[in-house]
Amino acid sequence: MIQCVCGKVKAHSLQHCRKYTTAGDSGSTAGKIVAASLLTVGGGLGGTILYAKWDPKFRANVEKSVPYSDQLFEMALGPPPPPLVPLQKKPGKIEPLQISSLSEASKESKQPKAKAKKSDPAPMEAPPAVEEAPAPQTLEEASAEAAHIISALGEVPSVPAPGTSDESPPGHMAAGEECKDHHEPVLKERPVEEVTARLAQQDKAEQDALAALTAGLEESLGSTAKTTLQAIGAQEAALTAIAAHTNKLKDAMDSQTPPDEKSAQWKALNEALSERTRAMEEAEEALLKAKGELEKLREVINSAKQSKIDTARPQILAAEENLHSMIVDLDKVVTKVQTAQTEAKIVSQYSELVNEAKAQFQQELANITPEIQANWKGLSGKLSADDLNSLIAHAHRRIDQLNRELAEQRVREQLHIEVALEQQKLEDQKALERAVVSALEHSREDMRLEQEKKVQEVREVMEAEMRTQLRRQAAAHTDHLRDVLKVQEQELREEAQEILNSRVMEQETHYRRLTQEQLDTFTLDMNAAYARLKGIEEAIDSHVIAEEEARKAHQLWLSVEALNYTLKSAGADSPTEPLEGAVGVIKESCAENEFAQALATAIPEESLSRGIYSEASLRARFYDIRRLARRVALIDETRNSLYQYFLSYLQSILLFESEQVPPPAKLAPEDLDTFKLLAYATYSIERGDLELAAKFVNQLRGESQRVAQDWIKEARLTLETKQVISLLSAYANAVGLGTTQAP
Amino acid sequence: MSEKELGQKWDRCLADCAVKLGTGLGLGIVFSVVFFKRRTWPIVFGTGLGLGMAYSNCQNDLRSHYVLHSKVAKEE
Repeated sequence: MIQCVCGKVKAHSLQHCRKYTTAGDSGSTAGKIVAASLLTVGGGLGGTILYAKWDPKFRANVEKSVPYSDQLFEMALGPPPPPLVPLQKKPGKIEPLQISSLSEASKESKQPKAKAKKSDPAPMEAPPAVEEAPAPQTLEEASAEAAHIISALGEVPSVPAPGTSDESPPGHMAAGEECKDHHEPVLKERPVEEVTARLAQQDKAEQDALAALTAGLEESLGSTAKTTLQAIGAQEAALTAIAAHTNKLKDAMDSQTPPDEKSAQWKALNEALSERTRAMEEAEEALLKAKGELEKLREVINSAKQSKIDTARPQILAAEENLHSMIVDLDKVVTKVQTAQTEAKIVSQYSELVNEAKAQFQQELANITPEIQANWKGLSGKLSADDLNSLIAHAHRRIDQLNRELAEQRVREQLHIEVALEQQKLEDQKALERAVVSALEHSREDMRLEQEKKVQEVREVMEAEMRTQLRRQAAAHTDHLRDVLKVQEQELREEAQEILNSRVMEQETHYRRLTQEQLDTFTLDMNAAYARLKGIEEAIDSHVIAEEEARKAHQLWLSVEALNYTLKSAGADSPTEPLEGAVGVIKESCAENEFAQALATAIPEESLSRGIYSEASLRARFYDIRRLARRVALIDETRNSLYQYFLSYLQSILLFESEQVPPPAKLAPEDLDTFKLLAYATYSIERGDLELAAKFVNQLRGESQRVAQDWIKEARLTLETKQVISLLSAYANAVGLGTTQAP
Repeated sequence: MSEKELGQKWDRCLADCAVKLGTGLGLGIVFSVVFFKRRTWPIVFGTGLGLGMAYSNCQNDLRSHYVLHSKVAKEE
């Protein structure tokens, strides 16, 4: 016990101590709490600022959500970083396409006109020199391009998506960018809308440029093709013309046709020549035009290349290919033309020689046979035998001459051949060089084009690969997004469901409560109304009852009044009407009123049947009784002779006493004297007190009593009835009073 | 009416008295005339008789209420 007490005391003291200590330390604890809270707040703020510095997106989010935070950030970190500038990957500077054979071709076209083969090597040297440079240049630039492309491809993973905005298709762009955004948080990114807008702009610009470019390209291509075709056609026409001319010339040289046809032939030859010249000129013009167009096309292609629109690359490549093919065709045709021309030259030379010879022959012939016409080939049967002989002789002579010449020529042939060979060698060399150069050029061009094509293909492949990768990334991203979205959707749905449920519950409970309240109020109202109704009904019932009661009372009263009235119907000496009716009415009217019934039954039968005398009559009768009672005052059982009668009569005459003597309060025995009693009674009756009078009269003895018997009876009846009636009336009054409702 | 009873009694009495008196007188007279040669004593006697009878009747009538009437109970 003591221990417990001690313990309790100890506990209390400890608690007290603790309390004191806590009270004592409360100040420092409060300070600690304040310091801790300040620290927390400061830490939170600092952490937010640091993270915003590191993650611009977070910064943007915070700036969006928390007002005035952007000012704080600006103060702390400086303005938000500018949106990401898309890295414009500049493709390698593509040198303008050198139309390799342009100068060559133009120069070559000038060659047949100039007919100066010596000048060929000179200009030919220039173009190769010129072309040597561009060729390696093209190679270099091609390699540079390739390197660029490869480097660009290599840069693709590191360079964020906007860098490749120009390369990759715009539609892929946004996804790629978002992809990049997610995977490249290092680089600051512009907001998506800006990027997409820029991209859209870029795309639009690209599209426009592309469209313009393609249009330009197509146009120029078309025109160039047209002109080239024209040129080719012209060249071919020239070729054919040359060929025709040459053939014609050959044919003309073949002196197998009769002379008359020769002229036609020669005419045709002239025509062919003119044709050829014309065709050559035309071909020349067309070639020039084609060259010009090709140059233009080259310019356009260069400009297209410079515009760095990748989508046009295949078109550019195709255009270049077309250009190249056109050039090639043109060159081929030109070479053909040239060969034809050389052939023609040879043939013409040959034809000249032949013509010379023919002319000579003709001259000789003319000398011999002056009358024969020039076109002796055409003649057949118009010559005479002599002419023929002479002709034959001439011909033989001529043949001999020719044989000699032939021999001579054979001797000279070598030299000529050597010379010609030399010439030819030179020419061949030149031509070879030219051809080599042109072939080289063409091959270079081909290679370049192939390279470009390959590059293009590689690029396309790479692009495709990149696209696939990006697509994969995008797919992965979309999958991830989908998953995340799904999860989020789930969460949100659950949340929403919860909220919905809670709201629905709330609404339900609210509704229930409202309905309950309504019900309650309604019930209350109903109850109240019902109660009121009930109250009203009860009131009405009670009212009805009260009215009934009142009616009954009224009736009772009325009947009592009727009874009273019947009392009044008593005549001077005749009794009233029998009260039976009235009492019967009373009895009927208050059948359930026991009191009234009792009272009604208490009414003496006599009054009912016979009626009662009124007081006045009784009063009057009393006097008679009095007189009589006075006269027979002495007569009783003992004294009842006639003498006594006389004596009592005498006494009544001789006895003088006041008629009315007020009765004492107490009746003494000596007051029981007849005369005194009668005096009292008289007094009482004079005062209207029938009852007292009756009481006094009742005290009479003897003959007086016998005389007053009836009167007493009547008086009793009357009194009884009157009492009952008064009771009844009082009762009726009381009932009526009770039932009447005070307003 | 009880009060009238006395009066009636007195009326009867008087009537009876008159009758008796008359009768007595008459009888007296008659007797006196008839039997007693016009003496007065039968008249007086008759009158007196009549009167007495009347008196007695009157008295009896008046005191009839007080007179006890007895009956002999029959032995059963």
